Amino acid sequence: MISENKIYFYPIWLRIWHGINAMGILILIVTGINMQFSNPKFGLVNFELAVNLHNISGILVTINYLLFFFGNILTSNKRYYRLKRKGLFKRLQLQVDYYTSGMFKNQQPPFPLSEKRKFNPMQKVSYLTVMYLFVPGLVITGLALLFPETIIENVYSVSGIFLTAILHASLGFLVSIFLIIHLYVASIGKNPLNNFKSIINGYHDIHGH
Amino acid sequence: MLKSKIRASAFLFNRLAMQSSFLFLLILLFLGFSQKSQAQEKSLTPENDKCLKCHTHQTFTFQNTLTKKEDKRMSNPLYILDKNHFAAGVHAKFKCTDCHSSAYSTYPHNAELKLEPLSTCLDCHGGDEKYAAYQFEKIEKEFQKSVHFQKSGESFTCSKCHNQHYYQAKSRTSSVVGEIIGFSNEMCMTCHSNNSKFQLLSDTLKPALSQIHGWLPNQELHFKNVRCIECHTQVVDSLSVSHNILPKEKALKNCVECHSKNSMLVASLYKYKNLQSRSEGGKLNTIIANKSYVIGAYQNFWLNNFSIFIFIMALAGICIHVILRIIKK
Ligand code: HEC
Ligand code: HEC
Ligand code: HEC
Ligand code: HEC
Ligand code: HEC
Ligand code: HEC
Ligand code: HEC
Ligand code: HEM
Repeated sequence: MISENKIYFYPIWLRIWHGINAMGILILIVTGINMQFSNPKFGLVNFELAVNLHNISGILVTINYLLFFFGNILTSNKRYYRLKRKGLFKRLQLQVDYYTSGMFKNQQPPFPLSEKRKFNPMQKVSYLTVMYLFVPGLVITGLALLFPETIIENVYSVSGIFLTAILHASLGFLVSIFLIIHLYVASIGKNPLNNFKSIINGYHDIHGH
Repeated sequence: MLKSKIRASAFLFNRLAMQSSFLFLLILLFLGFSQKSQAQEKSLTPENDKCLKCHTHQTFTFQNTLTKKEDKRMSNPLYILDKNHFAAGVHAKFKCTDCHSSAYSTYPHNAELKLEPLSTCLDCHGGDEKYAAYQFEKIEKEFQKSVHFQKSGESFTCSKCHNQHYYQAKSRTSSVVGEIIGFSNEMCMTCHSNNSKFQLLSDTLKPALSQIHGWLPNQELHFKNVRCIECHTQVVDSLSVSHNILPKEKALKNCVECHSKNSMLVASLYKYKNLQSRSEGGKLNTIIANKSYVIGAYQNFWLNNFSIFIFIMALAGICIHVILRIIKK
């Protein structure tokens, strides 16, 4: 029997998406760093291998992204992502206050999780920006670099490939930073491992947050 | 009332005048340009027209001394020259007969003329102070070490790569990397993508470049953005273009030689002074101006440090948070 405290937050398709996505993006980050800072004398992965791995994982993450995109359009999971503009800043402020001081004073979280609310405002905003801005941006610039002939040659005498590559690397960096924070914030719970169990088995212990 | 009308028409007139003078300027500019290109064609020595009236056309006519008639014939396509390329080349000021025998002025050309030895680059440029900067002698020495010379000997002349009619010192005069690369690779392609030229020197069929280089991803992009000699010669620092084509076993296969911060391209392709001076703002400019971005070779100081800063801030924030979580448990 599932206890009353547990909510089925992460349906199976979402968990599959998340697993593939996490693996893919980790590989992309490692190989991406390896390429950007490649050096004849030293390298985690052989450059040629890094390029191939990066291309394959990039395509995998791209296809997988469609799962996330259409999964959210077709199922009720999208309701957790609805963002009310009004008072947003204030709600974010409340959540930041909680993370920076409230939680150390054993205060209750300002946005307790429930059937209706899977994410606190900070999660919502960061997931939205990452999933609907950064990742699509990476996918588009990445595909362009895979088919460089599609890139406009010059934008006001600046190389199009150059701009695309810089944008791609910068977005990759932002996603890396997101990942670090994402992992850390996920460890905030009743028990640091709770949320990681949830994203694997689907059930979330609401007393955990 | 009248005044304002006058003013208005004066204003209109002014604008018209400005517009038309602008137009006039444009026309002048245009004329200037077209005159320039005309001048360029004229710089061909007029005597050459006698030869070029046949040697630039698909057909030619000549007075048949036997039948006493004017004969019109097909030209040998390999003997048709490109006038514009000639005019752009380093030897544009030459008369044809500076290099070729003056006996060519009659047609049919005397068959013996085929035997005429032609000067090589070194015959004219060797030991000449004026061209010391090009280091012709040193180039010759390097070239003699190359696989081409080793396998084909004297019959592999400089002119096989450097057509004396059209040669330009592109790597010096051009400041666009893409142009230098195109010009340079075209030389190799005259044989390596043309079997009949290749077999002038070899009994084997030419190997297909795309198959030999199958291991290289984005092959077309690479061939457009790096010179063949980048991978097939060793960079000699004292020479701006190294001429020692190494045996294929020694060709560069290691991606990171180019795709890294101290990319070898900096030492070879980008080393020409004109390119360096163009890039006074640092490497950024060269790359921006030259439409190429080599993965790994471009590292912006500010962008790098900024990202490291953010990275450290994120880690520091997390560390502090962890410590607080432990203390306040
Ligand atoms: C009436 C047309 C005509 C004129 C004028 C002419 N040529 Fe030719 N030339 C030819 C043709 C046709 C050939 C091809 C071989 C042949 O038919 O003899 C040729 C061949 C040549 C060759 C290659 C010879 C070989 O077989 O290796 C050279 C070099 C040459 N011409 C130089 C010149 C020069 C230099 C001039 C001017 C001084 C000149 N020609 C004027 C028609 C002409
Ligand atoms: C700087 C010296 C030089 C000048 C100037 C020059 N030629 Fe040549 N030309 C050569 C050499 C060298 C060859 C032989 C190329 C080879 O066999 O690799 C040649 C070959 C030729 C050929 C045979 C076809 C070919 O391309 O191999 C023709 C035709 C010819 N020249 C015509 C002309 C004409 C017409 C002019 C004047 C517009 C001219 N040349 C000016 C050096 C010169
Ligand atoms: C018949 C003699 C002769 C031959 C053969 C010859 N050149 Fe020249 N070359 C000259 C002369 C003379 C000039 C100067 C032309 C001028 O000032 O307009 C010149 C100019 C040049 C220049 C430009 C130098 C400068 O700084 O302006 C280069 C580069 C060059 N030649 C390379 C070559 C190469 C490479 C070959 C062989 C493929 C070659 N030349 C064959 C006589 C020759
Ligand atoms: C296998 C082809 C090949 C042969 C053979 C060859 N070269 Fe070159 N040469 C090149 C290439 C490629 C370049 C670079 C062109 C560029 O980037 O503009 C070059 C450049 C040059 C330059 C310009 C260097 C500079 O500093 O700007 C000179 C001069 C030159 N070669 C002379 C010679 C001479 C002399 C010979 C004969 C001894 C010769 N070459 C033989 C391929 C060749
Ligand atoms: C005049 C024709 C010609 C030109 C131009 C030419 N090559 Fe070659 N090249 C040959 C021939 C012929 C062979 C084969 C030699 C043999 O095996 O007999 C060859 C062989 C080679 C090889 C293989 C060497 C090996 O180990 O088997 C390389 C690499 C090469 N060329 C590179 C170049 C590059 C780079 C350029 C341009 C700078 C160039 N070639 C321009 C004719 C040419
Ligand atoms: C990224 C480096 C790179 C570039 C750029 C490159 N090559 Fe190569 N090339 C190689 C390597 C490495 C080999 C040896 C391949 C092998 O043995 O498997 C090779 C082999 C060759 C061979 C020998 C073929 C044979 O088996 O006889 C020729 C010819 C050749 N290249 C010509 C060219 C020409 C022409 C260009 C310019 C269009 C060019 N290469 C550009 C790296 C390069
Ligand atoms: C001689 C230098 C050189 C070598 C060696 C070299 N590359 Fe490149 N590479 C370049 C240049 C230059 C570009 C073109 C960048 C541009 O202008 O877009 C490029 C582009 C690329 C791209 C395309 C990037 C894009 O913008 O889409 C890939 C992928 C790549 N190289 C991978 C490799 C791999 C893998 C190897 C080794 C097998 C390799 N390269 C070896 C110089 C080199
Ligand atoms: C090793 C890598 C990763 C691990 C261990 C991990 C872990 C987790 C955990 C524990 C949750 C539940 C979090 C919560 O309740 O707040 C979660 C949710 C989520 N993660 Fe990750 N994550 C990883 C990588 C990523 C990456 C790379 C992205 C995006 C680029 C991502 C995007 C998301 C999103 C959007 C959710 C919310 C899913 C939903 O319920 O709709 N994760 N992740």
